Amino acid sequence: MHVNLVDQYVRGTSTIHRLDTRVKVTATLLLILSVSLMPAGKWVAFAFLWAITLVLTAAAGIPIGSVLRRSLIALPFALAALTLLVTVPGPPLLELPRVGWTVSEPGLVRFASILLKSWLSVQIAIILAATTHLTDLLWALNSLHVPRLLIAIISFMYRYLFVLAGEGFRMARARQARSAAPAGSQSTGGNLAWRARVTGWMVGQLFLRSYERSERVYQAMAARGYRGQIRRLDPPPLSPRDLMLGALPVTAYAVILAAANWC
Amino acid sequence: MLKNVSHHTIDVTGLNFSYPDGHQALQSVSLYVSPGEKVALVGPNGAGKSTLMLHLNGILRPSAGLVRVGGLQVTEHNLGKIRAWVGLVFQDPDDQLFSPTVFDDVAFGPLHMRLGAEEVRQRVRSALAAVHMSEYPERLSHHLSMGEKKRIAIATVLAMDPLILVLDEPTAGLDPRSRRSLIRLLAELPQTMLVASHDMHLVAELFHRMVIMDKGQIVADGVTESIMDDTDLLEAHGLESPCH
Ligand SMILES: Nc1ncnc2c1ncn2[C@@H]1O[C@H](COP(=O)(O)OP(=O)(O)OP(=O)(O)O)[C@@H](O)[C@H]1O
Ligand SMILES: [Mg+2]
Repeated sequence: MHVNLVDQYVRGTSTIHRLDTRVKVTATLLLILSVSLMPAGKWVAFAFLWAITLVLTAAAGIPIGSVLRRSLIALPFALAALTLLVTVPGPPLLELPRVGWTVSEPGLVRFASILLKSWLSVQIAIILAATTHLTDLLWALNSLHVPRLLIAIISFMYRYLFVLAGEGFRMARARQARSAAPAGSQSTGGNLAWRARVTGWMVGQLFLRSYERSERVYQAMAARGYRGQIRRLDPPPLSPRDLMLGALPVTAYAVILAAANWC
Repeated sequence: MLKNVSHHTIDVTGLNFSYPDGHQALQSVSLYVSPGEKVALVGPNGAGKSTLMLHLNGILRPSAGLVRVGGLQVTEHNLGKIRAWVGLVFQDPDDQLFSPTVFDDVAFGPLHMRLGAEEVRQRVRSALAAVHMSEYPERLSHHLSMGEKKRIAIATVLAMDPLILVLDEPTAGLDPRSRRSLIRLLAELPQTMLVASHDMHLVAELFHRMVIMDKGQIVADGVTESIMDDTDLLEAHGLESPCH
């Protein structure tokens, strides 16, 4: 049996799907960089940036609703900026009852800008993840000279996450199958302490199994000539068309960024 | 496909091996397989079959005795050559297939033999064709069925164009149809073969010679038909003749 963890990737044939992955990764990084460089409080500029990401989302053929829903994962992280509300000095906007802290106007502007920036950045990253298979992404990172060890770690994680999830799932099922209720009792599987003990034991088992598997995987790699250095095929040359397509949104973002700094 | 025809032999003499925890898994094992011969290795769980196989390309080193493959002794110095000659397919395909895509996995061996890009692609194509899985290069390993994984696992070593195939329980966990087509595949392949298996039908059908191991020792080595007739011998080592 195997467990289907959901891939972020959405199959498709749009221009964005077919764009050279190296161009996509670089463009994504540049877009996120320009978002983070935006001065606070330039709402019109933010609206333009968002409009462009919406165009990109539509061009990739991904449902906008799903992008928005998934982009909510940015929220909890942005809440770390909540303290800005009360720590940035400036004209007071309102006073929090009881604690006596004052929310300043520039504090609110900075907080809202950070919220918007992280939300936009996540949307841009989602477009990349939804149009690029992780294996292509790894390949692109390799040709962009990200250290191979790091890439190898990500690729093993991706490969064995599924195997590990399958093993965990089978163990949980085996536990359930043996957690019968005594006659006349409603609850199955013993009391909380018992369950905690079993769970702890299962985690330990899972660790041991993974450890032993890593040894066998290493043997399988060694058997096929691995001597400590992962080798890959060299990437094909970049096409000018892909470069130009990638430059389009980046230029648009750069223009908006410049304008926002100017005005 | 076959180069150096006179050289792809397996020659093990007086092999002893103990695991680091002190368990002696092999005791004076001697085995000679001549070029092009296909030999079955049977025996109960824990007999030492997998342990013996791991010696054939230097993953484990003998505590005592000699392992020679293709006329070369398995030493650190010869490791590169020997690993290119011996295609070892592990018992669990989830160990064998460690890359995200089928292509990456099949290309792993050829790439680490430092072949050129075109040659690597060519080898991936022909290895996948040999196991009848040509449509699979872009597939993700974790979404394959057990039978598909086993075939791809064999392709990963065929891509290295080995002279010798060492397969650990190739038919375990397969449904009858996948098993049947795997048997046909093994019969097609021209390499010298050592195959560990609990599948006595497979052994009877495919191998002229069989070797029985028990408790780390070789206890029988001979023509499959006559060993299969010796029910006392089979029973003494926890095995069953396929006719029952
Ligand atoms: N890493 C290890 N450390 C210690 N002992 C081991 C290790 N691997 C295997 N053994 C022991 O060595 C003996 C031989 O194991 P081996 O895996 O070679 O058996 P096998 O014939 O392949 O069995 P099976 O049919 O179950 O695959 C067994 O008793 C086993 O418990
Ligand atoms: Mg075994």
